[in-house]
Amino acid sequence: MTTMIPSQARPTGGSTMRRSVSWLKTNLFSSPTNTVISLICIYILWEILSAVVGWAIVNASFSASKEFCGDVSGACWAFVHDNYRFLLFGTYPLDEQWRPLIAIFMLVGGILISMNRRFWSPWLAVAWIVGFVVMYIILGGGILGLERVSSTNWGGLTLTLILAVVGIAFAAPLALILALGRRSEMPFVRVICVVFIEVFRGVPLISVLFMASLMFPLFLPDGVSIDKLLRAQVGIIFFQAAYLAEVFRGGMQAIPSGQYEAADALGLSYWQKMSKIILPQALRLVIPPTMSTFISLFKDTSLVTIIGLFDLLAATKAAINDPTWRQQYIEGYVFIALIYFCFCFFMSRYALYLDREMHKGMSH
Amino acid sequence: MDSKHPSDASRPLMALLYDKTVRSIIYQVLVFGGVFFLGWYLVSNVQTNLDEQNIATGFGFLDREASFGISESVIAYSPESNYGRALLVGILNTIKVSLTGIILASIIGTLIGIGLVSKNWLVRFIGKTYIDVFRNVPLLLQLFFWYALITNGLPGVRQALNPLPGTFLTNRGLYLPIPADNPAWFWVFIAFIVGIIGAFVLRKWSFKRLEATGQVFPHLSVGLGIVVGLPILTWLLFGAPIEMNVPALQGFNFQGGLNMSPEFFTLLLGLTVYTATYIAEVVRSGIQSVPKGQSEASTSLGLKPSWTMRLIVLPQALRVIIPPLTNQYLNLTKNSSLAVAIGYPELVSISNTTMNQTGQAVEGVAIFMTVYLGISLLISLFMNWYNKRMALVER
Repeated sequence: MTTMIPSQARPTGGSTMRRSVSWLKTNLFSSPTNTVISLICIYILWEILSAVVGWAIVNASFSASKEFCGDVSGACWAFVHDNYRFLLFGTYPLDEQWRPLIAIFMLVGGILISMNRRFWSPWLAVAWIVGFVVMYIILGGGILGLERVSSTNWGGLTLTLILAVVGIAFAAPLALILALGRRSEMPFVRVICVVFIEVFRGVPLISVLFMASLMFPLFLPDGVSIDKLLRAQVGIIFFQAAYLAEVFRGGMQAIPSGQYEAADALGLSYWQKMSKIILPQALRLVIPPTMSTFISLFKDTSLVTIIGLFDLLAATKAAINDPTWRQQYIEGYVFIALIYFCFCFFMSRYALYLDREMHKGMSH
Repeated sequence: MDSKHPSDASRPLMALLYDKTVRSIIYQVLVFGGVFFLGWYLVSNVQTNLDEQNIATGFGFLDREASFGISESVIAYSPESNYGRALLVGILNTIKVSLTGIILASIIGTLIGIGLVSKNWLVRFIGKTYIDVFRNVPLLLQLFFWYALITNGLPGVRQALNPLPGTFLTNRGLYLPIPADNPAWFWVFIAFIVGIIGAFVLRKWSFKRLEATGQVFPHLSVGLGIVVGLPILTWLLFGAPIEMNVPALQGFNFQGGLNMSPEFFTLLLGLTVYTATYIAEVVRSGIQSVPKGQSEASTSLGLKPSWTMRLIVLPQALRVIIPPLTNQYLNLTKNSSLAVAIGYPELVSISNTTMNQTGQAVEGVAIFMTVYLGISLLISLFMNWYNKRMALVER
C-alpha cells in the first residue's frame, strides 16, 4: 500500500496517521462521486465479509464430531475432520495410505525443488523420470513386498496431483516438438503438426477424455488393454500440449529474424541454433502464458470426474453423497475449492516472480 | 558438410546423405510412413473390434428412434423422434446457453475490466479479488457448487423466493415474467430490425456526406433514436399493450412466464461468472494498451472528450481486445460441454446418451468433434478476416 502514496505526500514530516489519511483522500475520497462509490464498495465488502466470516468461523462448529453441528447455523467443519483421508487418498486401502502420502510429498517436494533456478539442469529431467518410476512402484506395489494396489483405487488429491504433474512434465516437451514442427520448413511435418494442434484446440477437453475412455479401447488389438488412468492422462497431455505449442510458437515468432540469420551465419546446425539461440530467448518471453496453460491444466484435471476417475472432485462428490454429510455440501465444495485455489494462486504468483527474475539485467 | 567439397565427390552416396534437401525428404518419408502405418494399424484394429462386438458402423443410426426423453428443447422433440433430431436438439441447446452466456459474460466482464483501471482503490480491489477467486477454482467444481446450492439450498415451489415482483427462485429453477402473447410484439421486433438496418444506412450516408462536404451529421444519436424510437412507436400504434405473462403457482408448480431449468440456470451462472474473469482481464489490457499520449494529443487537437473516446481510444483498444475476446467466446462455447456433468441436455450430453444406447462411440465422438471443430473454424475465419480489416496499414 505504501507504494500508492503520491509523491506530494510529505515523506518525513507526516506521521503514519497523516500518511494514511492522505492515502485515503487520494484513493478513495478524491471527489463526491468517488466518495459515493467508495461507500457503496465498503457496504458490499462488509456484507460479503460478514456473511463469509459468520458462516465459516463465527457461527461454525469446529468440533470433530457431527453431533454438535445441529446447534450451529454456520459451517460444520467436522466434515473435513471425518473425510480428509478420503479426500486425500480416495479409496486407497486404509492400511496402505502411507504410500500415497509419500507420493504427495514426492510430488510437492519435486515441484518446490524444480522451482529453484539453481537446480535447473538436464539432471533435473532425469531426476523427475526416476522419481515417476519410484512413485509408480510405491503406489502400484506388486514388488519389494508391497501389496499390489490397482490404479482404479488411486484417488483424491493424490490422483489430481499425479495427473497435473505428469501432465505438465510430458506436455511441455511434446509442445516444444509440435511448435518446432509447425515452424519447420518440411511441408509434411508442418501439416501433421498443424492438424494435431488445430484439432485438439478446436474441441473441448471433455470430448478428448470421452475419446480416451470410450473410443480408444476400440483402437487396440484384441487382448491388449491400457489402463483407464493412463488413457485419460495421455488425453490431457495431448490436449494441453496443443495449447502450449501455440504459446511456444508465439515466443519463437517474436524473436527477430536477425537472430536466426546470425545463428545461420555462424554455421550453427538446426539443433544448435534452436537450443542455444532461439529457444532460450523465446521461452523467456512466454513465461506468463506458459504458466497460465499449466494452471488451466491443473484445473482441467477435475474433468476426469466425468469419465469416472476418482480425483479430488469426485472424492468430494462421493463424500457429500453419503447420507451423513448430505447437508454439508457447501463445506465440502468450499474446502476443496480452497485446495485448488491455493495451488493455482501459488502458480500464478510464481509466474510473476519468475518473469521478473528472468528479465533481470535484460534492459539497458 | 558442404556437398560441393571435392572429397565428397568421390563418395557421392555420403554426399547425398549430408545434403539438406535429401535429408529433409528422408525425414518426411519416415514421418509419413510412421503416421500412415499407425493410422492403418488403428483403423484395422477398429474394424476387427467392431466386427467381433457386432457393433454396426456408419451413420444409419441417425434415422432410428431415439426413445429417450430430453428435458428441455428449443424445437419439438419426443422420445419417438430419431437420433438425428435428438442431436439437433443438443446443438441448439449448446447454442442457446453459449449465446446467452456470451452476452452476460461480456457485460459483466466489461464492467469489471473497467473497474480494474478505476482510480478508486476499493473498486480495483473488489475487481481483483473477484478475478482471483473465480479464476483459480475449476469451472466444473463451480458448476457442481451452484447446482447443489440451487437444487438443495433454494426453497421448494411453495416457499419460492420472490426477489422481484413476478420473479420466482425455486429449486426447480428461475421463473421470469414475459410480455403476454400479442401480435404487437412481433411487429415491435420487426420495427427493431428495420431500425438497425436504417441506422446502418444512415451511418454510410453520413460518412459519404462527411467526405464530400466536410459537414458532420450526428449519425450516432440519430441512429440510436431510430433503433429505439421505431419499436416504441410501433408499440404505441398497437395501443401500448402492457399485459404481462406472470408466472403463478398452480397446483404443484408455476405456470406461465419464462422458466429456466435449474440445469440451464446453473450452467449459465457458472459459465458467465467464470468467463467474465477472463473477459475482464482482456478489457483491462485493451484499455491500458492505448498510450495516454493518444488521448492527450486528441484533446490538444480540439476534439471533444466523447470524440476522443470514440475516434481515438476505442478503435485502438478494440484492436487489442477483439482477438482474445473471440478466443474467450470460443472457450465459453467449448466449456458449455461440461453440462454433461449436471445434466443439461446439450450436444455432448446427448451424444453421450446416444453412444451408450447404440454403442457407436466412434460415430458419436466424430459428430460432436466435427460440430465443435466447425464452430472453431468459423470463428477463426472470422478472426482472420477481422485482423486483415483492422491491421495497421503502414507506409
